[in-house]
Amino acid sequence: MSELLKARAGEKLIFDHPSVLSEAVTHYCPGCHHGIAHRLVAEVLEELELASRAIMVASVGCSVISYDYISVDSVESPHGRACAVATGVKRARPDTIVFTYQGDGDMGAIGLAESLHAAARGEHITAVFVNNTVYGMTGGQMAPTTLLGQKTTTTPMGRRMELEGGPVHMAEMMSQLAGVAYAERCSLDSVRHIRAAQDAIRKAFSIQAKGLGFSFVELLSGCPTNWHMDPVRANTRIREEMIPVFPLGVYKDITAQAVPVIADKVVEGRS
Amino acid sequence: MSRVVFLEDRCKGCLLCVAVCPSQILRPSGRSNRNGYEMVEMSPEGKCIGCASCAFMCPDVAIRVFRTSPAGKRRKA
Ligand SMILES: Cc1ncc(C[n+]2csc(CCOP(=O)(O)OP(=O)(O)O)c2C)c(N)n1
Ligand code: SF4
Ligand code: SF4
Repeated sequence: MSELLKARAGEKLIFDHPSVLSEAVTHYCPGCHHGIAHRLVAEVLEELELASRAIMVASVGCSVISYDYISVDSVESPHGRACAVATGVKRARPDTIVFTYQGDGDMGAIGLAESLHAAARGEHITAVFVNNTVYGMTGGQMAPTTLLGQKTTTTPMGRRMELEGGPVHMAEMMSQLAGVAYAERCSLDSVRHIRAAQDAIRKAFSIQAKGLGFSFVELLSGCPTNWHMDPVRANTRIREEMIPVFPLGVYKDITAQAVPVIADKVVEGRS
Repeated sequence: MSRVVFLEDRCKGCLLCVAVCPSQILRPSGRSNRNGYEMVEMSPEGKCIGCASCAFMCPDVAIRVFRTSPAGKRRKA
C-alpha cells in the first residue's frame, strides 16, 4: 500500500487528506454527506491558514463529535445553542475565527431563536448549516426543513401543510437580517455543486476574517439511512426534490458595498 | 495515464465515486474490509483521466488521485 501511495515519475498527487481533518474513520453512515461537509471546512481552513486560530462550536445531532474529526480547538454546545455559545467565544476572543457546525434539527428547530438573533446582531461568526430534511441522529423524525409529503417517523403519512406546516427556508430568512453579511445555499449532491460549496465556505470564512458580519452557508445534504435509500439515489433526491424547494444561490453578499475593518474594532464598536 | 488509490480501511462502499466517474472505470471489488464494507476498486483496464471527481465526492476521504502530467504522457506515448 505505501508504495502505491508514492507519486511515480511524471505523476503528481492532486488529491490528498487535508491536514486539518483528523485521520480517524468517521462514525457516519456510508454515503452520509457530513463527511464531505467536514472535509470542505477543513480544506478551506487549511487553505486560508486560519486553522491555528479557529474555534469550532459543535452542536447536537449526528455531527455531535465533529471535534474528533475537524482538528481545531472546539467547544461543544447544548442542543441548538451553538450560535449563542459562539457569540460568547468570539466576543471574548475577537482575534479568533469562530464557526458553528449545525444540523437542521439543531439550528432550525430548537436553536432557531438563538441562531436568528446571533445573525441579527451581526456576530462575527460563521455558521455551517447541514440541511438533510430530518433529525438524523435520533431516528429520522420530521425537521423544520422536511419537505411537504415527505415521510418521516413522526409524519408517517407524509408532512401535511394543514398539520405540520411547510419547510423552513434558512438561507432566505438569514438574508433578511441586517447583521448578516453573507448567506448562500449550496448542495453536496454532485462534484460541481461540491466545488461551489467549497467556494461558498471560503467566502464565508473570508468575510469573518475581514470582520464584516455574520456569514451563513446552507448545505443541502443526504441522509441515506433515514431517507431509506442508497446514497446514489439520495443524491438524485436532492437534485429532483430538494433543490426545487430550496433553490441554490447567494441570498446575500454585502462585500460589494462593505468597507473592510479589523475584527476587534468592529466588536468594540458594537458592544 | 493517471491513477487512483483506494484506502481500503476508509472505504464504506457507498458507491458515490462509481456514480460520478466520467470514465466509468470504478466498480465494487467483491472484497470486504475489516468493517465489513465492500470496497471499491478501479478496473485494471480502466483509463483514469485524473479528474479527481471520485475523490471530491467521497465522504470518507478514501481516495488519492495521482495525475500524470501532460509532459509525462507525451514521454510515454
Ligand atoms: C435538549 C435536547 N433535546 C433533544 C435532544 C435529542 N436530539 C439529539 S440530536 C437531535 C436532532 C438532530 O438533528 P439535526 O440537527 O437535523 O442533525 P442530524 O442528526 O440530522 O445531522 C435531537 C432532537 C437533545 N440531545 N437535547
Ligand atoms: S443517520 Fe443520516 S445524518 Fe446521521 S450519520 Fe447516518 S446518514 Fe448521516
Ligand atoms: S480521477 Fe476521474 S477518471 Fe480517475 S477514477 Fe476518479 S473519477 Fe474516474
